[in-house]
Amino acid sequence: MKVLTGMLTRLGRASLFLGKVMAGIPQLFLRFGLVVKQVYSVGVQTLFITLVAGLFVGMVLALQLYYTLSTFGATDTLGMLVDLSLVRELGPVVAALLFAGRAGSALTAEIGLMKATEQLSGLEMMAVDPVERIIAPRFLAGVISMPLLAAMFSAIGILGAYSVGVDLLGVDAGAFWSQIQAKVDFYEDVLNGVIKSFVFGCIVSWIAVFEGYDCIPTSEGVARATTRTVVYSSLAVLAMDFVLTAIMYN
Amino acid sequence: MSDPLVQIHDLHFSRGDKKIFDGIDMEIRSGRITAVMGPSGTGKTTLLKLIGGQLKPDAGEIIVDGQNVHQLKRADLYRLRKKMGMLFQSGALLTDLSVFENIAYPLREHTNLNDALIRNMVLLKLQAVGLSAAHGLMPAELSGGMARRVALARALALDPMMIMYDEPFTGQDPISLGVLVKLIRETNQALKLTSILVSHDVAETLSIADDVKIISEGKVVADGTRDDIVQSESPWVRQFIDGEADGPVPFHYPGASIEQQLLQGVA
Repeated sequence: MKVLTGMLTRLGRASLFLGKVMAGIPQLFLRFGLVVKQVYSVGVQTLFITLVAGLFVGMVLALQLYYTLSTFGATDTLGMLVDLSLVRELGPVVAALLFAGRAGSALTAEIGLMKATEQLSGLEMMAVDPVERIIAPRFLAGVISMPLLAAMFSAIGILGAYSVGVDLLGVDAGAFWSQIQAKVDFYEDVLNGVIKSFVFGCIVSWIAVFEGYDCIPTSEGVARATTRTVVYSSLAVLAMDFVLTAIMYN
Repeated sequence: MSDPLVQIHDLHFSRGDKKIFDGIDMEIRSGRITAVMGPSGTGKTTLLKLIGGQLKPDAGEIIVDGQNVHQLKRADLYRLRKKMGMLFQSGALLTDLSVFENIAYPLREHTNLNDALIRNMVLLKLQAVGLSAAHGLMPAELSGGMARRVALARALALDPMMIMYDEPFTGQDPISLGVLVKLIRETNQALKLTSILVSHDVAETLSIADDVKIISEGKVVADGTRDDIVQSESPWVRQFIDGEADGPVPFHYPGASIEQQLLQGVA
C-alpha cells in the first residue's frame, strides 16, 4: 500500500511538473535558439547510434525475411515487408529505445548534475525560472528530435535491406521498390509511425527531464535517476506501443 | 544605527522529523556585513534559502526590504530576487557557458541592454574581482577561488541591494582566501551593500563582519556586534570561537551510551 501511494504521489508530481514545462513552451518561440542548441545535443548527437542501428536492423530483417519468403517464392515482396516492419513498428520503437538510452540518460544526468551543483538554485536566485530556461527547451528538443530520428532509422534500414536483398541475395531492384510504392500507405503506415514516434518522444523526454529535476542531488541520486530514466522509458515505450498499435490497427 | 533590511520573526523549519529552526528571531541591518555562524548542519545554508524564498518555513515570517518573502506572488518574488545576489558554496556557474557569458546571463535575461553595453559591464564586473583577462575561460578551467570570484561578479551583475554568501571560504588556499575576504569587504563598502555571510571559518569571518549571529540546535545562541561576540563569556560562543571539541555542542552524537549499546547489542 505504501509503495502504491508513493508511486501515485510521484506520478502526480510528475504530472504537475509536465504542466509547468508545457506552460513554459510558448515562451520558447521567442528564444528558439535555446531549443535549436538542445536539438543538436539531444537529436544530432543521437544520430550516429540511430543510423548504425537502423542499418543493421534493416540488413538483418532482409536476411531473415528473404529465407522465409524464398520458401514461398515471394522474395519480390521483401522490400514491402521490410518497409512495413520498419515504418510501423521497428523504426519508432527501436529508435525510441535508443533515444532513451543515449539522449534520455544524458538529459537526466545533465539536469541532475545541474541540481547537485546548485546551478538550478543559482538560476532561481537570479530570478530566472529553471523550468522555463533549462527544462522546457530540452523537453521540446526531445519531442522534435524523436520523429526525425525514427524516420532516419527507417530510411537507413530500408537502404540496409536493399543492399542485402538486392545486391547480396539477388532480389530484383524494381520489384523491391515497386512493392513498397504499391503496398505502403502514407496515412495508415507512415503517418501512424510518425504519430507513434511523436508520442514516444513526449514520454521519453518527460521521464528524462522529470527524473533529472526530481533526483536526490548526490552522485548516487543522479546515478539512480539515470538508471530509472532508461528503465521507465523503455517499459513505457513498449507498453504505449501496444496501446497505440491496438488503437491504430483495431 | 541603520534600519534592518531583513527581519526574521519566530521562524520554524523542519526537514522530516528533524527541527532545523525552532522559533528564531533575527535582524540584518542594512549596509553592514552580518555573519551567521554555527557548527556544520545547523541550517545556515537553509536560512539563506529561506531568505531567498527557495524554501518555505513551517511557521514564522521573513521580511526583506519591507516585503514578506513567503507571501509574495511568483512575479513579485522574482522582482525581489533581482535585488538579492547569492554566492553559492560551489559557485553554481553554468558549466556550458564561458565566464563572460555567465556574468552576461542575468543582464541578458533582465535588461534590454545592447551587446556592446553588456560587454563593457561584464568586463567591469570582472575587473572588480580581478579576472577581466579570464573572460574567455570555461568554468571547468577555473580554480575553486576563481570560480567564486566569477560567481561574485555574477551576483553583482544586476547591482543588488544585498548579497548572501554561502560558505565563501570553504576549501580555499590562503591566497584565494585573502582575496575573497578583501573582495567581500571592499564590495560591501564600495557598493553600500548589505551582506549576509554564512560561514564557520571563524578567523576570516570575524575579520570582516560587523555583526555576528551564532545559531545552534535551532536557536540563535549569540547575537551582537563582532566585539560583543569576541568578548562573550557564553559557553556556546566560547566553544565555537575557540574550536573546543566538547561543550554545549557535545562531541558524541546524542543517543544511547556506548555501555548500553554494548550490553544490548544495539548496532
